[in-house]
Amino acid sequence: MRLLRYIGKRLLHLVPVLLGVTVLVFFISHAIPGDPARMMAGQKASREAVENLRRSMGLDRPLHEQYLRYMKGLLHGDLGRSVRSQRPVVEDLKDFFPATLELTLASMTLCLVVGLPLGILSAVRRNRPLDHASRVFSVCGVSMPVFWLGLMLLLLFYRNLQWLPGSGRLDVGLDPPASVTGLYLVDALLEGNRPVFLNALSHIILPAFCLSYVYLAVITRIVRSSMIAVMEQDYVTTARANGISEPVVILKHCLKNSLIPTVTIAGLSVGELLGGAILTETIFGWPGMGKYVVDSVNFLDFPAIMGFTLVVSLSYVLINLAVDVIYAFLNPQIRY
Amino acid sequence: MPSSTPRSGTDPTGGWRRFREEHAWQIREFFFTLHLLRRNPSAVAGFVIICSMVFLALAAPWVAPYDPIRISLSERLSPPSWHHLFGTDELGRDLFSRVLYGARISLRIGLLVVGIAGGLGTILGAVAGYVGGKTDDVIMRCLDIVLSFPSLVLAMALAAALGPSLRNAILAVAFVMIPKFARLVRGEALAVRERPFIAAAKVSGASHTWIVFHHVIPNCLSSVIVLGTLVVGETILIASSLSFIGLGAQPPTPEWGAMISVGRKFLMDQWWYATFPGLFILVTVIGFNIFGDALRDVLDPRIRR
Amino acid sequence: MNGDLLHIQDLSVRFFTYQGVVRALEGVHLAVRRGEILGLVGETGCGKSVLARSILRLIADPPGRIMGGRILFKGRDMLTLPMKEMRRIRGNDISMIFQEPMTSLNPVFTVGNQMEEVVRLHQKVSRKAARRICVEMLEQVRMPDPESVLRKYPHELSGGMRQRVMIAMELSCRPDLLIADEPTTALDVTVQAQVLHILNELTRARGTSVLFITHDLGVVAHLCDRVAVMYAGKIVETAPVDALFRSPGHPYTRGLLAAVPSVDEDREVLASIPGVVPGLIDPPAGCRFHPRCPAARKECEHLEPAGVEVGKDHWVFCHAGRGKVKGER
Repeated sequence: MRLLRYIGKRLLHLVPVLLGVTVLVFFISHAIPGDPARMMAGQKASREAVENLRRSMGLDRPLHEQYLRYMKGLLHGDLGRSVRSQRPVVEDLKDFFPATLELTLASMTLCLVVGLPLGILSAVRRNRPLDHASRVFSVCGVSMPVFWLGLMLLLLFYRNLQWLPGSGRLDVGLDPPASVTGLYLVDALLEGNRPVFLNALSHIILPAFCLSYVYLAVITRIVRSSMIAVMEQDYVTTARANGISEPVVILKHCLKNSLIPTVTIAGLSVGELLGGAILTETIFGWPGMGKYVVDSVNFLDFPAIMGFTLVVSLSYVLINLAVDVIYAFLNPQIRY
Repeated sequence: MPSSTPRSGTDPTGGWRRFREEHAWQIREFFFTLHLLRRNPSAVAGFVIICSMVFLALAAPWVAPYDPIRISLSERLSPPSWHHLFGTDELGRDLFSRVLYGARISLRIGLLVVGIAGGLGTILGAVAGYVGGKTDDVIMRCLDIVLSFPSLVLAMALAAALGPSLRNAILAVAFVMIPKFARLVRGEALAVRERPFIAAAKVSGASHTWIVFHHVIPNCLSSVIVLGTLVVGETILIASSLSFIGLGAQPPTPEWGAMISVGRKFLMDQWWYATFPGLFILVTVIGFNIFGDALRDVLDPRIRR
Repeated sequence: MNGDLLHIQDLSVRFFTYQGVVRALEGVHLAVRRGEILGLVGETGCGKSVLARSILRLIADPPGRIMGGRILFKGRDMLTLPMKEMRRIRGNDISMIFQEPMTSLNPVFTVGNQMEEVVRLHQKVSRKAARRICVEMLEQVRMPDPESVLRKYPHELSGGMRQRVMIAMELSCRPDLLIADEPTTALDVTVQAQVLHILNELTRARGTSVLFITHDLGVVAHLCDRVAVMYAGKIVETAPVDALFRSPGHPYTRGLLAAVPSVDEDREVLASIPGVVPGLIDPPAGCRFHPRCPAARKECEHLEPAGVEVGKDHWVFCHAGRGKVKGER
C-alpha cells in the first residue's frame, strides 16, 4: 500500500519532466530555423501544398497557441502523419513496436545472464586473469561503435561461418506465429510451434548480442565495483564470523547491497540500449522502430522522426520510474 | 620615472618567479599528478593511443600515400595490398589515406564538441551552483529535460531538424553533452561556494562574475578535464553513428562513420571497406576512455596514492 | 593447561602492503580460561583487532597472512582445520562482536532474517523454533517488544539497540567463547554502561568465556577477571585485574595507568608516555618498547625480553621485571 503511494508520488514528480520532454520535441519540430511546414510536408511537396499545410497546422499562430494545439493532439494520440507511408505515425510505430521490444528484452536478458555473474566473479577474483579479461571486455564494450560491431558479426557469423541468419526476424517463407504479444519468441512458444521458435531464436541471437554489448560492459563494470565496495563492509565480516559459507556471503549478503547502485546505473544506461537499437535494427534489417526511424531519416520524414523521438524518450522516462520503484524495493532505507 | 621594480611584471623572470611562488602548491600538485600518471599503465597506454591518433591526423597530408578524394576507377574495390594498405573503395580511392584524413575529422569533432559543451556546461553549472536558489532550479530542471532523452536519439532528432551536415551534427551532439558538464560543475560549485576564500573574495569587494570565473571555475577544472576526456570518446561514437545513418558528414567527406555507411553495401564481398574505419573508431575511443578513467583515478583524492 | 579454553602460541601475522611488510603480531602467547572474562588492552593500532580476527581466521589474504604459531581451541589447532570445520566453529563455538554497531548488521535484511540465519545455520531447528530462540535472546538482552524488533531493519534501531541485537545474535548458539572487539567504544557513555552490564550478566550466567578488547582501562577494571596488555604487536604483561592495577610490572603498563584518570582517548594515553607508537613495518629490535622506556637498559636494544613471573599468575615481558627469572618460554 505504501509502495503504491510511493509510485503515485513518483508519477506526480514525473509530470513536469514529461511536459518538458514534449516542449523540447515541440521546439525541435516547430521552432528550429528552417521551415517547419516544409519539413512536415516533405522536401518534394509543392509550394501551394506547403502554404496550405502551414495554415492547416496553424503555423501562422503564436508559438504558445501552437504548443497547446500540439499537446491536444498528443493527448489524443496524434503524432501527425508520416510523409513516407501516408499513415498516422502512431499506427506505424504500433506496428514496429513489438519487434523493438522483443530485441530490447532479449538484450537485457543477455545482460543479466552474462553481466551479473561476470561482474560478481571479477569482484571475487579481483586482479586475477578473469578480472583482467573482463576489464578488457568492458573497455572494448563502452568504446565500441555499435554499427561496426554489427557489421563485423555479420561478416563472421553470417558470411564466413554461415552459422546464423543475417537479417529479419524469420526466414522468408515462414509465417509468423499468431500475434498475442507481438514477440515472435513468446508467441511461438504459446503456439507450441517449435520450428518457428527456433528460427526466430536464431534470428535474434546476433542483433541481441550486438545491442547488448555496450550495456553488458556497463553492467559488468558497475556490478564489479559495487561488489568490491560492499565486500569491504563490516557486516560482511560479521556474516563470515558467524560461519556463513562463502557462496551465501557473496550471493546473499553482498549481492543485494551491491544491486542498489547497480539498478540506478542500469536504468540510466537503458538510454544506450534505446539509442543502440536504432543502429542495430538498421544493420540486421530488424523491422522495429529503430529501422523505421532511419528509413524516415533518409526520406526526411519529420513527423515520423519526431514521433519516434517522443515515444522513445517517454519510454526511457518510464523505465527509470520502474527503476526507482525497484530501488525502493531493494533499499529499505528509502522511506516511502 | 625610477626604474621598474622586479615585481612590476614588465620583467619576465620576475613575473614568472612570482607566479611560481604564488602557485607553488598547484605546481607541485601538477607534477605529482604527472608522476602518478606515468606509473599507471592504462594512463600510459591511453596517452600513447591519443598521441598517435593526433600525430596521424596532423601528419595526414605527409603520411597518407594518396589524395583521399582522388578517384581511380581502374583500381576500384581492390583488396588490401602493399600499394593500398587498407584496399580501395568503389571509386578506387585509397582507404588508408581516407582513414588517416578521417582521424582529422573525428578528432576535430571531438575537440569542438567538448569545447562548446564543456564551455557552456561549465558556465551554466558554475552559475547554478554558485548562485543557487531559483536560478539553480530553473537551469537544472531544463538540463534534466535534456537528460531524459537517450543521447543518440536526441542528437538524431536535432541533427535531422537542423538538416544533414557535419556542422549541424556537431551542434546537435554538443547540445546533448551540455548537461553532463553542467551537472558535474554544479556539484563542485556547491562545495566550493562554502570555502573560506570565496567569503574572503566577497569581503574584498569582488563581483559575482569575477568570483565565478576566478574562483569557482578554476576549482572545478580537474574534474572537467576528466569528463572532457571521456566525452571526446563518446562524441566520436555518437557523431560517427549520426554519419552512419546519413545525418552527419556527407560523402565524399572521408568521415569514418560515413565511410562505414557506404562500405556496408560492399560488406559481403569487400570486407576491408567497412572494417578499417571502424577499427580506427574503436581504437581511438578506447584511448580516450582508458586515459580518462586513469586520469579520474589519479585525480580522485580518495584513491590517490 | 587444562583450564584453558583457547591457547594461542607464538602467533605471528604479517600484512604485505605496498609500503612494506607490516609485522602486526609477533610471537604472541595468550590463553583464555573457561568462564573468565579476559581483557586485552592496548593503544589503537597495536594489533588487538588483528589478534581477534586471527582467532577466527578472518584475516583477508591478501594482504594479510598468518605466518606461524598455533591457536588451540579445546586442544585442536584451528589454524590447520579445513575451512568447513572452521565455519562450524564460527558463530557456534566462538562468536564475535565488532566495534561499529552501525555497520556490523546488514542494512538490507531485517534483524529477524539475520538472526534466524545464524541460528538455523548451526542448530537443526525449524523456522518457528529459530524464531522463538531469537525472541528469547532479545528478551535476555532486555530488548523491549522483541517480536517487532525482529521485523525491523537495522537503520530503524539506535546504536545501543543494534549492539544488543549483535550480542543476542552472537550468544544465540551458546558459544564457549565470545570475542568482543571494542563493543562499546562507539556508544554513548550511558548506553555503554547498559550494554556492558548486559554482556557481563549474560556471559557470567552461561559460563561463556569472553575475550574483551578495549583501550579503556576503566572498563577493564569493572568487567574483567584477567588482563593482557599489548604493545606494538606483542603481549607485554598478563595479570589478574587486581594485581595489574595494584602493582603493574611493565613500564608500559605503568605509563598506561598513569594516564588513567582521563583515559577516554588514545591521544591522552600517548601524551603521558614520551615518544610515539612505533610503526610496525620496521619495529625496534629487542624490546619494542625500549625507545620510549624510562627504564631501558643496554640489553633491551637487541634482546627480546622473556616472560618473568612476578606474582601469582602475573607475567611481565621485561628485562627489568622484578622477581626471579623463569626459563625461556
